[in-house]
Amino acid sequence: MKVSRRTFLSIGSFIVGGAAGTALSPLPWKLTDDLSIWTQNWPWTPKPERGDVSYVNSVCTLCPGGCGLSVRKVNDRAVKIEGMKGHPVNDGGICILGLSGLQLLYGPTRVKTPLKRVGERGQGKFKKISWDEALAEAAEKLGALRAEGKSHTVACISGSAGGTVPQLLKRLLTAYGSPNFMSVPTMQDAYAVTLKQMHGIDACPGFDVENADFVLSFGSGIIEGWGSPVRMFKANSAWQDKKIKVVQIESNKSNTAAKAAKWIPARPGSEGVLALGIAHVMLRDGLYKKEACDGAAGFEDFKKWVADNYAPENIAAATGIQKETVESLAKEFAAAASPIALCGRGQGRTPGSQYEFMAVHALNMLAGNINKAGGVQIIPEPKYIAWTEPELDEIAQKGTASPRIDGAGSETYPHAKSLLNRLPQAILTAEGASPVQALLISEANPCYTLSDTQAVKKAFAKIPFVVSFSSYMDESAQNADIILPNHACLERLEDVPTFAGLSKPVIGLSKPVIKPQFDTKHTGDAVIALAKALGDKIAAAFPWESYEACLKETLGDKWEILNEKCFVAAEENIEAPLQFFTQECKTVSAEGDEKQYPFVLMPYDSIRLANGFIGNTPFLTKTVPDTVLKKNEMLVAVNPKSACGDSLSLKEGRSVMLTTPKGSAKVRVHLSEEIMPGVIAVPRGLGHTAYDKYLAGKGVNCNELIGPAEDAGSGLDAVWGIRAKLSNVSI
Amino acid sequence: MNKEHNKAKKFGMVIDLDKCTGCGSCMVACMAENNVPFKADETNKLDSITWMRVYKLTNGKSFPDADFCYLPRPCMHCEGEHGHSPCVSVCPATATDYSHETGIVSQIYTRCFGCRYCMAACPYHARYFNWWDPVWPEGMEKSLNPNVSVRMRGIVEKCSFCYHRYQLAKEKAYYEDRREIEEQEYQTACTQACPAGAITFGDLNNPEHAVHELKKNPNAFRLLERLGTNPKVYYISSREWVRLAGDNYLRQEGKSEKN
Repeated sequence: MKVSRRTFLSIGSFIVGGAAGTALSPLPWKLTDDLSIWTQNWPWTPKPERGDVSYVNSVCTLCPGGCGLSVRKVNDRAVKIEGMKGHPVNDGGICILGLSGLQLLYGPTRVKTPLKRVGERGQGKFKKISWDEALAEAAEKLGALRAEGKSHTVACISGSAGGTVPQLLKRLLTAYGSPNFMSVPTMQDAYAVTLKQMHGIDACPGFDVENADFVLSFGSGIIEGWGSPVRMFKANSAWQDKKIKVVQIESNKSNTAAKAAKWIPARPGSEGVLALGIAHVMLRDGLYKKEACDGAAGFEDFKKWVADNYAPENIAAATGIQKETVESLAKEFAAAASPIALCGRGQGRTPGSQYEFMAVHALNMLAGNINKAGGVQIIPEPKYIAWTEPELDEIAQKGTASPRIDGAGSETYPHAKSLLNRLPQAILTAEGASPVQALLISEANPCYTLSDTQAVKKAFAKIPFVVSFSSYMDESAQNADIILPNHACLERLEDVPTFAGLSKPVIGLSKPVIKPQFDTKHTGDAVIALAKALGDKIAAAFPWESYEACLKETLGDKWEILNEKCFVAAEENIEAPLQFFTQECKTVSAEGDEKQYPFVLMPYDSIRLANGFIGNTPFLTKTVPDTVLKKNEMLVAVNPKSACGDSLSLKEGRSVMLTTPKGSAKVRVHLSEEIMPGVIAVPRGLGHTAYDKYLAGKGVNCNELIGPAEDAGSGLDAVWGIRAKLSNVSI
Repeated sequence: MNKEHNKAKKFGMVIDLDKCTGCGSCMVACMAENNVPFKADETNKLDSITWMRVYKLTNGKSFPDADFCYLPRPCMHCEGEHGHSPCVSVCPATATDYSHETGIVSQIYTRCFGCRYCMAACPYHARYFNWWDPVWPEGMEKSLNPNVSVRMRGIVEKCSFCYHRYQLAKEKAYYEDRREIEEQEYQTACTQACPAGAITFGDLNNPEHAVHELKKNPNAFRLLERLGTNPKVYYISSREWVRLAGDNYLRQEGKSEKN
């Protein structure tokens, strides 16, 4: 058929006209709109159910901060965690971890039923068992050890020492016949030893930062999560409003250093020396509070010792800080009406050098701020748990009288209450069978958080029986034989004594917000059940029907008010006589040979990386910058001016081998002018092997690269870094 | 009708960068409130959805003179000139609109068909595209907030100044026979969560609201003001280099004309 020009044009104009007409009509737009609406109603997109909204108050147990929570619920679902208004710790504020707490509660890492290991240790192969079976098996193992006269070989690691659950665990061990109750040490332990040595009393420190008018921080991560994080954030903002000067002494420019009015980049590890340099100027120029110090025990000796050894010109080489800076710092500190000096590196998760703590505390004593507004408060240890001593049978008497495995309280370490850092070595160096035959772990993840993780895992492998009470499948739970999962935070009732440097500590009550989601059991109830199964005097030491009954009885008249308000004030300050010191405690230096390892590796804390026994939530990991984590690779921060030898050039993003005397790992380099030349800053909180795909396998655990450094004074872990080198990655 | 009751509102934010600690609570508060999804790998920040993102500014100097400052960036809810914000002007689907009643730039998910013109137009990178369907691990969908609909693959989303909270506050007020809501009744999730108290939120037009005075602070500035976007998020910093960084010029800019 021949198409004439006329036909062609008429058909053509019909098509063009039709297209134009359709385009001008609402049809295509309506279709596009319908299409987008259709694609948005695909059934796999969740539609959150509506319902009645309510708020339930509780207390956060994800860190030692003890913040009050107000949880929004829709029917029986918890949908949002917010800070509780009017709570003395956080007054409505809340930290990033607390905010994402529902991802832990509803997360895929929960241990949903009691589990028994079926594969090799650490393989993560478990089978589900019932609570009766699990408890019976644990009781049988413990009973057999006791019958063999090995009750003292049972140890317990608890996340904290305060509160009824840790105390029930301790009581179980005592009645059973073991002295080996250990808690995870933090800077609170180093402070406790400091107060014991410098005031002669058992006490906790409180820091009245809200009323201080000059803050001298020796590496404390004031806005990195030190103490009770939200409270410190609030204090930091109040200082900004009141124009209160904060001086941060820290080798790298941390967030705290960036916010401080003045940043003094002292050489890492020299903070204690610098503190005594400041003390020297205060004593030399008579700038200390004479009415507080003159006549105090050991003061004249201290004065002479500091005068002889710590003149600013003599410490300049060690600290890298000029004489003039020390002089002016001392004068400013002394001239302030209520100055305060803080220590405990970063978040204070590692106790630190006793020398450093004592030197910094000496500054507070010289400033006369002990038990004064804006100063250091001396607070007695919590006393509300006043149970009668358990009656011990013959085995228990013998067992508890035997020496502790970690050496705490012995002649060498008289002031320490527990030295968890010494446990792996004690197990590894023991001849014959492991001195620990059974281990209970509650609210702790030693396989991840202890320095020199490799040694910790080796030591764990030698313990024949490990019981974990963890709510989450963390590294330690993965290495356990039996898991007796606890209810998670917001599912359980628990008292939360909060010290964490608060000037007025509180006892909080963490109340269940929702019903337990899985077949879990409160650790308090599990302990009571274990004791009952062990029978006789052990059972008799636990007369309570349930944990709730025990808690109710323990709190007595506080119970009602706690139920209503979620908090009550703890004890008042106690009088603290001053005792100065002169013994030269050795500074803790970084392990390794300087020639072989030209760098110093220092872990750093970030509030966006949970580094304790609680791992990062997906939301938290999402906020980690790409200068810290890129895909699954971790970036370490290095100053571009660092000398690193001829064979290696530092380039942004370059893959390098990071080697320390403890191990090596492949990492990438992030060049940063915020890091002191010669220092490698490594984030703490990455490198998990357990948990879910949102956390496992991302980066390197810095604890694998650093070893414990036992403090000569306290025996606690004082490691702050290790020598390291960077080298090309061998292909 | 009494005119006073219909006075246009202009909700805005003042963020004190001297107080901001860069902790990221605002980011997570926002994600938890607004059902923002997450993936196993969120390190490619170009496709990582964060309605509120905390940036780190550096002064470019060497150790020990190096300094840095964190800057939280929600949607700026640009007013432009008479509501012509960059994104609203380009949206072919009217999925994003400027409300003259509240000053909030809305995003209507069911209208968006994912052309991403708005993302190209936004000078603040405040808009994010859903490249994947959101997936929550089993059980975690229990934590989803019913007041905010879950978005799906193929559409753009951004900060809404927690508009659902405004709606809830208004509903409550009407129920109690009030025509106006109090300042504290409508606060965004990030403002409420900020542990440092660095974020202040309210009606910029209302002299009784804290933001009204705060925005007049001599150290207050807005981001890329020279573009004429007229944003409703103000920042305060006592550090000059930070204020200068708020309007980052290209090194050669302005010089070429003279040459």
